[in-house]
Formats: sequence, C-alpha cells, structure tokens
Amino acid sequence: MQVRHKISGGDFARAGNVASAVKKILRQLNIEHSVSKRIVIALYEGEVNVVAHAYSGVIEVDIDEEKIETKITDKGPGILDIEQAMEEGFSTATPQVREMGFGAGMGLANMKKNSDSMKISSIPGEGTIVELVTYLKPHA
Amino acid sequence: MTIKEIAEIIDGKVICCEEKLSTYVEYAFSSDLMSDVLTVEKENLVLITGLANLQTIRTSEMSDITCIIFARDKKIGEEMVSLAKENNMILVESPHSVFHISGELYKAGIKSIY
Repeated sequence: MQVRHKISGGDFARAGNVASAVKKILRQLNIEHSVSKRIVIALYEGEVNVVAHAYSGVIEVDIDEEKIETKITDKGPGILDIEQAMEEGFSTATPQVREMGFGAGMGLANMKKNSDSMKISSIPGEGTIVELVTYLKPHA
Repeated sequence: MTIKEIAEIIDGKVICCEEKLSTYVEYAFSSDLMSDVLTVEKENLVLITGLANLQTIRTSEMSDITCIIFARDKKIGEEMVSLAKENNMILVESPHSVFHISGELYKAGIKSIY
C-alpha cells in the first residue's frame, strides 16, 4: 500500500496532517501500536522539518508485510553539513519555528531513534531527501 | 489518579472531553518543547505546558497523550479544541504556573517520567 501527500513550507497550521492521516491508516491496518508510534513520531518530526525549512515537499509512505518505508523529499535550502545537522542541539530554525515548540535541534535525532534505518541526502540550494525504514517485526 | 481529581487540585477548568474525566493517569511530563514531548515513550499521561498552539495538540496526538494542562490561563483556540475532540483528548486550563502545577501533582503522587 502506498500513500503520497504534498506539504507546503511554512504552513504551520497543517504541519502534522500527514502524520495524523498515516497514523489512522496504520491503525486500520492493525499495525502493532509500538511500531506505528515510532513511524508516526519520525514522520511528524520530518513533516515539521519540511514545513520549517523547505518551500515544498512530498511524503511517500510504502507499507508492505515486512516493513514501512517513508521517503520525505523537499525542495528547499538543503543541508550544508549533514553530520552537523544530526548533532543534537544543532538547529538553524527561525524564531517562528521555536514558537511552535520545535527548533531545538532534536528532530533528526528523534527520527533516527524512531526508525530502523535512516538515510539523508541533500544538495544545498536544491533540497533534501530523508528515507526511513521501520520493520514491523524486530529485525536482526 | 483521575483527571477529574487532577483538575480539582490545580483549580483547573475543563475545556473539552469532560466525559473522559474518570480516565486514570499515573505520569505527567512538563515541557514547552514539543520535540522533547515526542521522546516520551510512556502513554496515558498528562502534559503540563505553557505552549498553546495547534502543534501542542498535534504533538500530543502523535504521543498518545490523554490530557493537556495549559498553565497560566493560556488561550486555547477553537481549532485546538476541535482537534483535541477529534482525538479524545482532555484539555484543562489552570491559572497556576507550570512549576506550581507540577509541584501539586507530584505531591499528590503523580509520577515523573525521566
């Protein structure tokens, strides 16, 4: 099963709508709660990142019997130094993002913690792609 | 402790989902930082916060939080109430500070997460 949603940068009122929709789908599919919660939290952080930093983005969620793959692609400023961006506490968020309760430099670390694998690629000035994989059963 | 008892201790005014006031909670977490709230793995807990916007409700939805207490009478918007209702989340307003509310609930036996 595939789900695809577009998101607009800067649209804070809608930030979280995709994660909320995916949460409902995972519940309908009877995905184990602890697994679905990890995916939804990682997805929500990713969605907030796009809203906070990019001009637009697309979230694709691919669910099969073994795993859930999430791909977040955005058009935006990209990430200059991915290693630095992964450090907890590093943030380039605007005051507006901080007012929403984010921008403390925890987002990417939270996404990594809540997925079994995370891959980030970025071209500065063009955009960023974050790919997450979460297995439905514990994976060796 | 039930949410009803909690609301009484903190002079809280229940804004929505009154029908769920008998829900029992064991833990609370105080934060204005939503990324920090998203790290909490426990469920069926109360969030005490001074941050009143739509993302407070969204974050609580993702974290399966039962009840949000807004400190210092923060204004809860209509959109926030409707999103909370959609997710069966109890919203409570309290005139007291985050520190005061946290202290009262701790004293009453509500447990801390970290």
